[in-house]
Amino acid sequence: MRSDPIMLSVAFGYLALLFVIAAWADRRAEQGRSLIGSPTVYALSIAVYCTAWTFYGSVGRAAVYGPSFLLIYLGPTLAMLVGPLLIRKMVRIARAQRITSIADFISARYGKSDGLGALVALIALLGITPYIALQLKAITLSHAILTQYPAFPTDILADAGFWNDKSFWVALVLAVFIILFGTRHLDASERHEGMVAAIAFESLVKLVAFLAVGLVTVFVLYNGPGDLFARAAAHPALAQALSLERVPGGALGWVGMLVLATLAFLTLPRQFQVLVVENVDEDHIRRASWLFPLYLLVINIFVIPVALAGVLLGDASLSPDSFVLTLPLAAGFDGLPLLVFIGGLSAATGMMIVETIALSTMVSNHLIMPLLLRSSWIHLGSRLSGGQGELTGWLLGIRRVAIVLILLLGYLYHALIGDAYSLVTIGLVSFAAAAQFAPAMLIGMYWRGATRAGAFSALILGILVWAYTLLIPGFAQSGWLDMALLDDGFAGIDWLRPYALFGLEGWDIYTHSLFWSLLANVGALVGVSLFSRQSRLEQTQAALFTEAMHPELMYRTPLWHGQTTLGELHKLLSRYLGTPTALRILDGDDRQGGDTSAAHSASPALIARAERALAGALGNASARVLINSVVRGEALDLNAVLSILDTTSQALEYNRRLEQKSRELTQISEALQAANERLRELDRLKDEFVAMVSHELRTPLTSIRAFAEILRDSDNLPEDKRHHFLEVVVHESQRLSRLIEEILDLARLESGRLTLHPERLDLADLARRSADAVQRVQEERGVTLKVDTPSSPAEVIGDPDRLEQVIINLLDNASKFAADDQGRVRLALSRHKQHWRLSVEDNGPGIGEAERERVFEKFHQLERQDGGDAPARGRPRGSGLGLPISRGIVAHLGGRLWVEDGPTLGGACLIMELPQAPAEDTATSPFNSD
Amino acid sequence: MPKVLVVDDEPNIVLSLEFLMQRAGFEVATAEDGEQALALVAEQSPDLVLLDISLPGISGFDVLERLRADNTHSRLPIIMLTAHGREVEREKGFALGADDYITKPFSTQALVDKVKGLLNEER
Repeated sequence: MRSDPIMLSVAFGYLALLFVIAAWADRRAEQGRSLIGSPTVYALSIAVYCTAWTFYGSVGRAAVYGPSFLLIYLGPTLAMLVGPLLIRKMVRIARAQRITSIADFISARYGKSDGLGALVALIALLGITPYIALQLKAITLSHAILTQYPAFPTDILADAGFWNDKSFWVALVLAVFIILFGTRHLDASERHEGMVAAIAFESLVKLVAFLAVGLVTVFVLYNGPGDLFARAAAHPALAQALSLERVPGGALGWVGMLVLATLAFLTLPRQFQVLVVENVDEDHIRRASWLFPLYLLVINIFVIPVALAGVLLGDASLSPDSFVLTLPLAAGFDGLPLLVFIGGLSAATGMMIVETIALSTMVSNHLIMPLLLRSSWIHLGSRLSGGQGELTGWLLGIRRVAIVLILLLGYLYHALIGDAYSLVTIGLVSFAAAAQFAPAMLIGMYWRGATRAGAFSALILGILVWAYTLLIPGFAQSGWLDMALLDDGFAGIDWLRPYALFGLEGWDIYTHSLFWSLLANVGALVGVSLFSRQSRLEQTQAALFTEAMHPELMYRTPLWHGQTTLGELHKLLSRYLGTPTALRILDGDDRQGGDTSAAHSASPALIARAERALAGALGNASARVLINSVVRGEALDLNAVLSILDTTSQALEYNRRLEQKSRELTQISEALQAANERLRELDRLKDEFVAMVSHELRTPLTSIRAFAEILRDSDNLPEDKRHHFLEVVVHESQRLSRLIEEILDLARLESGRLTLHPERLDLADLARRSADAVQRVQEERGVTLKVDTPSSPAEVIGDPDRLEQVIINLLDNASKFAADDQGRVRLALSRHKQHWRLSVEDNGPGIGEAERERVFEKFHQLERQDGGDAPARGRPRGSGLGLPISRGIVAHLGGRLWVEDGPTLGGACLIMELPQAPAEDTATSPFNSD
Repeated sequence: MPKVLVVDDEPNIVLSLEFLMQRAGFEVATAEDGEQALALVAEQSPDLVLLDISLPGISGFDVLERLRADNTHSRLPIIMLTAHGREVEREKGFALGADDYITKPFSTQALVDKVKGLLNEER
């Protein structure tokens, strides 16, 4: 089952299956029934993140460093969960600018700089080639283990030529695959449907394979997770395998690893390819933002169990990186190891396919094309007029050669130095290299001020620090360089030790390197940007990137101002994109008014479209050079975009100010309206009050005037009548004066000018005196008054005259409203918490719930429930001012006055509550207590 | 002898009006609220009513409206008495069919003249 021929046929059979799937997907795409128009496929293609390193290396890392392997997956999870807006912006920019790779993205952001594009492409090539080598190494190693088990393979390449190395052939087959499905179209910004479908399929295969190993390990080799963990716990070396302390570098190591993984997830060329370039629909990001983290969770769920089981095997000769394979082999399974091999193969090939496509696009568009465009050999000015044939085949050829070269480079790295590093080490070194792109890319997306010079310095400094702190020490450890560099530092300078730069010791090497390289990187980007100027094109591009979500700027591109003819444009496009594409672009322009003669000048919009099409194939920098070569006169109308931004932002600002002004005005007018209404209300109340007052004053005045006139005009009045009438006049005059007093009191109370003379007084005593004062009147009205006051003093602070006025008013009211027959009034005084409560109760009809507050309104006259007039017959009506005045006085003294149901007599009960007077020092003194 | 009905809730005002009417030679009935007034009109068919507007319970306006709605009393002379000096009140009174309107405090002479005038018209 594991003989070489079977192994080979399985492996190459699997690759053949990939060809079939990719071809099928491409066919479907041509028929317009795309397979990849699904968010699930998008999410699965992002899972190209999980390489052979995940497949084999996670278990290895878990066995050695505990759960730290999870950080590599928590980073992307974090980015996907919190970063959909960021990714959406990247996708939108990429679509608008026809971005083909991360090198193109950064180059386009900083004024379509071909230098930056080349730099990014170089760094990517330098940083990522080892990663490709890593995949080949994984394939070789897994194949060797499978065929030689139980012997552990050593010196895989030592005695065999490369033609005996299966990974060489795998690399070649992949080269063919990538050439077939990665370079079908010249336009690299178009989706590679077949490739994406194959990648999504590979993600499923590696997931199934890993889950199979995990399930078999946990449920077949052991009796479920409980059993496995119990046995692991009994194993001394494993007891602390899961503890967090095993993470290198401690808490800082955690943070460093998390940041590294998050940044790399966005900047690794293959991740940028699937996440941004291959995205067909922005809305797919939404489902991917939870589906992809879920995928990571599922593929990692069995990592620790497999690692534990591997260590429990107890065979020290087995590398932890190969537990996934050796575990089923040791258990004597036959088919399962093969499935694992296929899973590892799928993880490795998936990564290599996408990475190679991304790298080859970068290499051809940003390293080779700019050189060719500059060399006189291909110079367009002469070539175009010379009417040479199309260059499209030539351009695709460059990309295909690049693919083969990149894979060969990976193979060479693998063959020559691959053994020096463990799987994990190579992966992390690559991550750290890719992370150097993050500042130029991410800061450039949000800070318009980031300049080309800043980005250049950032990338160069960052990668230099990366090389010095990670790459070169790695060479030293491989024995290529003197180890003294590590121990003593460069030229023996202590603070230049690569793993302890500037004396920073005790960090794990990745966090250490990431810290210094990103510090230099970001510092240079911000620092140099602040002190350098942007060209006009840069300003425009910076604006288009940072304002990418601005609806008016979508798909905008700077318009060419200069002149060129349709003929020249046609020649240029046919040469680089092929005649059919060129015709499609030119025919799509209706504004040419049917005049398609070669001499007709091309519209600015058409030139812009031509540039975009070229950018999709050759990258932004080269497209600009090409268009520049045919357009004469002033190059670009850069003001157009900036002015849109400026005018819209000015308009927005103006609008915002207007809105604010109008809000303020509305508020003011509302306040005015409220004040006006309040004034009207006050005016109405005042009118009402004046009318009431006049009514109340006119009533006694009417009697007085009438009787005065009667007395004047009636000469022979009987004495008793005369006397009675005079009595009335006197009585009504008194009433009038009392009324005027009350109105004045009320006015003073309301204006706050009532002067009180508060003093310490005994409320019980005051209540008894007030009761005595009204005793006679009460008797006249046939009302019995009962007074219940405590014998001990009830001390309050109050104005005695005013309080007496209140109590008399309450008693007077009560006697007016007491029952006609056997009227009874009760005055009681009692303590209630920190207050004294004086209540005056009658046995009248009581006051309905609705009236209880209204009795305190000015001039309010109570009406009896039975429809009779307010006080019982024969008792005078009040002015309707007594209670409002009483309440005002009590409130001024810090108390309250309200109405309740009478507790004993069943009528109304008015309660006055005043705070107890504070204890007086002298009163409590024994010397003064006489 | 013509009979005058005096309606007011202020006892002293009733007292003065009663005296004034008697002195002028009229028979006098008094009421201190609207309901009493309506009952007395029905019972004693006075020749003229001196009617205060702000009465407890049903107001003077209500009494006026009810009397005017009743055919037997639609032409009964009614003089409104009010302590409200406002135009609206007077207009409302006339609109409801009052024959005259006197503002408190009033000149006793003017009051008596108005009563006599109205009663003479009726004859």
